Amino acid sequence: MRTFVKVDNLTHSFGEKIVLDDISFQVKQGEIIGLLGPSGAGKTTLVNLLTGQIMPTKGTIIFEALDTGKNLLKESLRTEKKETAWSDFHGDQSDLLQILNPEKKVSFHRKKTVNAGIMMDHFGLYDRLSVWSNLKIFAKLYKVSEQRIDELLEKTELSQAKKTIVGKLSKGMKSRVNFCRALLKKADVLFLDEPTCGLDPATTEKLHKLIAEEKKSGTTIFLTTHNMYEARKLCDHILLLNDGKIVERGVPEEICLKYCLKNQIEVILKNGERHEIPNTMESAKVLAEWMKQENILSIHSKEPNLETVFLYLTGKELDQ
Amino acid sequence: MKHVWIILQKQWQDTWKNKAVLIQFIMFPILAAIMKNSIQMDGMPVNFFVNLFASMYVGMAPLISTSSIISEEKEKNTLRVLIMADVTPKEYLLGIGSYVFCACMFGTAVFCCLLNDVTTSKRILFFFIMAAGIIVSVLLGAAVGVGSKNQTEAVSVSVPVMMIFSFLPMLSMFNDVIAKIAKFTYSEQVRILVEALGDGKIHTVGAAVIAGNMLVFAGLFWILYRKKGLA
Repeated sequence: MRTFVKVDNLTHSFGEKIVLDDISFQVKQGEIIGLLGPSGAGKTTLVNLLTGQIMPTKGTIIFEALDTGKNLLKESLRTEKKETAWSDFHGDQSDLLQILNPEKKVSFHRKKTVNAGIMMDHFGLYDRLSVWSNLKIFAKLYKVSEQRIDELLEKTELSQAKKTIVGKLSKGMKSRVNFCRALLKKADVLFLDEPTCGLDPATTEKLHKLIAEEKKSGTTIFLTTHNMYEARKLCDHILLLNDGKIVERGVPEEICLKYCLKNQIEVILKNGERHEIPNTMESAKVLAEWMKQENILSIHSKEPNLETVFLYLTGKELDQ
Repeated sequence: MKHVWIILQKQWQDTWKNKAVLIQFIMFPILAAIMKNSIQMDGMPVNFFVNLFASMYVGMAPLISTSSIISEEKEKNTLRVLIMADVTPKEYLLGIGSYVFCACMFGTAVFCCLLNDVTTSKRILFFFIMAAGIIVSVLLGAAVGVGSKNQTEAVSVSVPVMMIFSFLPMLSMFNDVIAKIAKFTYSEQVRILVEALGDGKIHTVGAAVIAGNMLVFAGLFWILYRKKGLA
């Protein structure tokens, strides 16, 4: 898989407060990348930077899968807060990277945003208009057929509510309309901010299926979530942010195994007793004895889950 | 231009369900119709209420509705979503501005129908005077909308501003001091121009004051837009 986006030494501050501190990472095309972290960790700022809504204080964001000589004509170069039109550049990306010298605090920012589908944490829906009218506005902007609206409403089980005024919908339904809007156009990248927050398990499952379908079609997805089960289930890689820094990154399973320091097995017996025994040869004898007596109700390896790792690394509760 | 048209259509749909904005467009034309038909006094100029309410309408409806629409979209983040959908700030502002302008021109058409003893050419002139006033008011409303973070802030600024521009034309008829100040405002000049409709004179002062107001508010809008941006 080719690299989709390359982020180098990205720093962003609001006044004196550094929100993102010198972070670097790469995302491959067609991956689902999970952005995890407590509130205030810098997840939303990172998404805002990636979507071109705000300018970085320092660092570079290169959408490699999209950058061609032509695309670069649309870019802007920013030097010490002074934005200069970048219309005369005709070189390729390597030329550009040479010019963008981080030591000189030169930052790079896309003036034209990438072809992105965005589901933000706030709904941004027109409360007085119906579900259909809301989606129709964006279908027109994206030049997407009405059939696509119907298709998405069907998949998110909103067909019955398509004539309902958005202001009268529940939070979960608004979230689904927001999700539909993000999926309306065929985007190169999707930014989903807590897409299943407030949804029932059945609808959550359907949305997970839709996200997986998008990934299958080659869309790169940034998924911000507080749901560790969701992160482990959907994400190829995760970035765990805390206080503006990446404190952990990688494949969810591998991260969990990395923090599996105790290497223990949990056994629950039929009489309700719960035992945590070390994963060693000595324990095998005890286990064999319980098995002979047909006394075991369940047996689990005791590796930490993402939630445990999250708490260990951030020292904060999930919804903080 | 397609995006401008989509914004205009969106706003058209929304207004029918947005009573706060809808009332701005219809209140003064209805009031003018009621007052014209219910109050008739000896010596009263033939189009007194129509002229008065038309100038008040120019100072109120475009200003309040433009600032209200922009600030609401900022507050509810719909503006940000539109910008993310590749609608440029210029397209958005043009869409909202043209929508408010068109809606106010419908109101102007009602005022025009209420005018008595006026020739077609004078009615066309009436449209032009009103259009100039509405454009100035839209610019002022856009400046207030862009400069405000949310609807509450927009209302706290737009209401006193609206009171000044909307009520000065009426108050100036009763007080000479106010009249001297009011003559520098576009709404007062709109009243003077529609009252003198087709008197054969060239009102350069009126046209200059409206043009001057237009430049000042366009400048104010530009400064605020550069400083605060849109979304």
